Amino acid sequence: MSLLLVLAGAFVCVAGGVPGLFLPPGGAARRIATGGSVGGSLLGLAGAGIAAVTGHVETFTLPWPLPGASLHVGLDALSALFLVPLFLVSALAAVSGARSFGDEDHPADARRTRFFFGTATGAIALVLVARNVFFFLAAWEVMALAAFFLVGADRESREARDASRLYLFATHVSTLVLFGFFALFRSLSGSTELVPLPRGVAGTHAGTALFVLALVGFGLKAGLLPLHVWLPPAHAAAPAHVSALMSGVLIKTGIYGIVRITSLVPDPPAAWGDTLLVLGAVSAVLGVAFALGQHDLKRLLAWHSVENIGIIVLGLGAGVAGRAAGRPEWALLGFAGGLFHVVNHGLFKPLLFLGAGEAVHVAGTRDMDRMGGLGRLLPKTAFLFLAGAVAISGLPPLNGFASEWLVYLGLFDRARATGPDALRAAFAAPALALTGALALACFVKAHGAVFLGSARGEEPHAHGEPRSHVGPMATLAAACVLLGFWPAGIAPVLARAAAIAAPGPVPATSLAQLASLRTVGFSALALVLLLGAVSFFLRSRLAAAPATAGPTWDCGYARPTARMQYTASSFARGPVGYFRWALRPRSKGAPVARLFPVAARFESHVLDTVLDRAIVPAFRAGAWLARQGRILQQGRIQLYILYVVVTLVVLLFQV
Amino acid sequence: MIDTLVHVLLVLALPPLLPGVIARIKAAFAGRNGPPLLQGYYDLAKLLRKGSVLPEGSGWVFLAGPVAGVAAPLFASLLLPFGGHSAPVSFAGDMILFAYLFAFGRFFTAAAALDTGSAFEGMGAAREVAFSCLAEPALFFGFVALARISGSLSLSTMLGAGPGWVMAGAPLVLVAASWAIVLLAENCRIPFDDPNTHLELTMIHEVMVLDHGGPAFGLVLYGASVKLFVLSSLFLRVVVPFSVTDPGLDWLAFVAGILLVAIAIGVVESVLARLRLVKVPQLLVGACLLSAFGMLLLAR
Repeated sequence: MSLLLVLAGAFVCVAGGVPGLFLPPGGAARRIATGGSVGGSLLGLAGAGIAAVTGHVETFTLPWPLPGASLHVGLDALSALFLVPLFLVSALAAVSGARSFGDEDHPADARRTRFFFGTATGAIALVLVARNVFFFLAAWEVMALAAFFLVGADRESREARDASRLYLFATHVSTLVLFGFFALFRSLSGSTELVPLPRGVAGTHAGTALFVLALVGFGLKAGLLPLHVWLPPAHAAAPAHVSALMSGVLIKTGIYGIVRITSLVPDPPAAWGDTLLVLGAVSAVLGVAFALGQHDLKRLLAWHSVENIGIIVLGLGAGVAGRAAGRPEWALLGFAGGLFHVVNHGLFKPLLFLGAGEAVHVAGTRDMDRMGGLGRLLPKTAFLFLAGAVAISGLPPLNGFASEWLVYLGLFDRARATGPDALRAAFAAPALALTGALALACFVKAHGAVFLGSARGEEPHAHGEPRSHVGPMATLAAACVLLGFWPAGIAPVLARAAAIAAPGPVPATSLAQLASLRTVGFSALALVLLLGAVSFFLRSRLAAAPATAGPTWDCGYARPTARMQYTASSFARGPVGYFRWALRPRSKGAPVARLFPVAARFESHVLDTVLDRAIVPAFRAGAWLARQGRILQQGRIQLYILYVVVTLVVLLFQV
Repeated sequence: MIDTLVHVLLVLALPPLLPGVIARIKAAFAGRNGPPLLQGYYDLAKLLRKGSVLPEGSGWVFLAGPVAGVAAPLFASLLLPFGGHSAPVSFAGDMILFAYLFAFGRFFTAAAALDTGSAFEGMGAAREVAFSCLAEPALFFGFVALARISGSLSLSTMLGAGPGWVMAGAPLVLVAASWAIVLLAENCRIPFDDPNTHLELTMIHEVMVLDHGGPAFGLVLYGASVKLFVLSSLFLRVVVPFSVTDPGLDWLAFVAGILLVAIAIGVVESVLARLRLVKVPQLLVGACLLSAFGMLLLAR
């Protein structure tokens, strides 16, 4: 029943966009497509919700006239945990996108974007329920292509075209690697269904190759450093509601792949878990460091996806290592923490992207150094963005803290054990602390530079905050608050999903006994009450004595201007400096000279080191090599006949 | 129940005394008389009665800073054992909540500074968040080390009376040294920041709150003293994890210990000069390495 609902939801999402392709732009086309996305998502949400709460496992198979292929779909708690945020975000982002990327501003692109938005949603849903290798790859490819058209939705923008091309390249490398992966998988398991591998395979060379292929194929989609290169430009160039869907749920299919595949391995080696642990820690710390260096608000959020994927992988690594060590309670804590963060990131990241989209729209630029003071024009957006910022920084009382706390607990639990094993986890916990502190710096900067202070450039125009924009953001923020106050509510679902991710011995203690999420929820509530009490006190003191408004203190400077405010770049200069060995910030501008300096310019940028220093040079070298091959091609028929003759002679001597 | 009551009363009432003690010690070193010991309380009483001037264009975030700055350390104190008495609230993993509560306070203090739109306050906020990026890992390396020594994941047992100093003296010395640096950095004391400086350009914490006045500034001062009190008791508990059997005497010993920490901070502030800002990260990285080495010594 629930599986049927999910499939029906996916179908309605896809079908809703089709009539719009043939109808004139505007009214009816928009209503049908948005209605399809919302209706389909609600259907799917109901199905996935039932499956998550009840924990029933359903499978369903239809024959497919291809050797080895079948329409084999299944729904369990693990799939449901990924499906719930997918359908929630898809419905809300579709509502928001119907206005923000509407027919008025984008007459040529809005219709096809709505179609591909629905297609992407449906394809992601199919990826998450597919249990057959061929079906999985087909859905994966449809998802990848739909996302390509979504990234390049704004066809007039050169940046969007470049970003979508880079994305297409990356996603096809991912698909190619996955073909290799599934071929190897089939030869090891003997089946084209996603069935458990036989024992003992994982430790062999073939097993190692399998793991590396999965890591590259799925890691490219997830945006795990150093495979993240497509992610920052794609999220920056895509429309806000598309970024919300991609960052919130699409990249999680990579995480889903890693979890699903490791769950099929009965005896993962310890090295797998430790590899994930190291990759996760590197991705988390460097992802947030790169985010700090960005001026572009959406690019900053995109880099935070790299960071959060790192945190998730850190949890998964702890889980896999726990399985390898034969400690099911570590596996439970690690997987539960990582999967909880999947859900949470799927809530607060779309919230932040929708808020950022509105800020960019009003300010007319993505450059944070030219924004400022938007909180006065968009008070609700500013408040909801702040909620998202608190959540993504992993601060109590919101949901980000609850999931990071679980990941921490798994790491600490392992770190206090004896053996060399423990020491690796012992370094991961401080790495996560560093990530948290950097994320805090980054979101104080992002929120402060965009919404606080006063406008650094032109004063933007008043604009209003329509319900179709505030409503989705408020819903996502409410979900963040709910999971922050009541994380124990999702704990049974997490435990069930973690049990699927880590089959084998069952821990003697339940998740509730291992980790008191209930206490974390109570603490969040208590913190809010305490904040309320203190602010009530402050309010009463403020009311008791006269309060006036005055100019901000500027050390007696005679003519202050808004441009004298600390910019986002200056704010991040310290931490960017700590990481200059990785970030390689580039700056242009002459030093201030003489007593009365003349007008000067200064600019600094943090680009993507992996893309600029490794991938682009490698491709240049490849192109150079390919050019050298051109001397063979002279375009004369005699020469080609000579090639044939030489080849034949060589072959004759060979035989 | 009585213990919880005493705990809460202590954390509510005692903190403003600490800046007074530090000021008296510094005055004694300088050959002055110094302000009265209770000056902190006098200041609070006066500030809470005054009117306020709010900077033009600032919103609710400007006032959220002081509120979070008081609420977060107050709540964090509930997770911390004072002396031999275990904390009113304790659960496995509470040290993470403890650390993140301070981060919560920092987020809103820095956001409030940015809300004024002043370049100076932006500078202070940037420094505050940048330096704490380095202080946080030092704190967590220490937590890992304590977790390994005590085998516990809760502050009450981690810092409880145990065989720590006998079993793992060397690691604890390193962690204590590292946390002493963190204590000074997080509370913006010399050598990181001079609470009495007069130059906005060089300040960290004080410059973030330049525009707060009246009751809001009262809350800022109170919140800072609570933070100093809570982190001092954390440090104290690492250095002296013993307790006296008589509960009353134990509370007295705890108060005496806190005053000793304040005196020690006063001495440090009197004999050291402020570091140049560019040197601050180096000292904090040093603190990280100290506690990381402390943790490594426990590898077995």
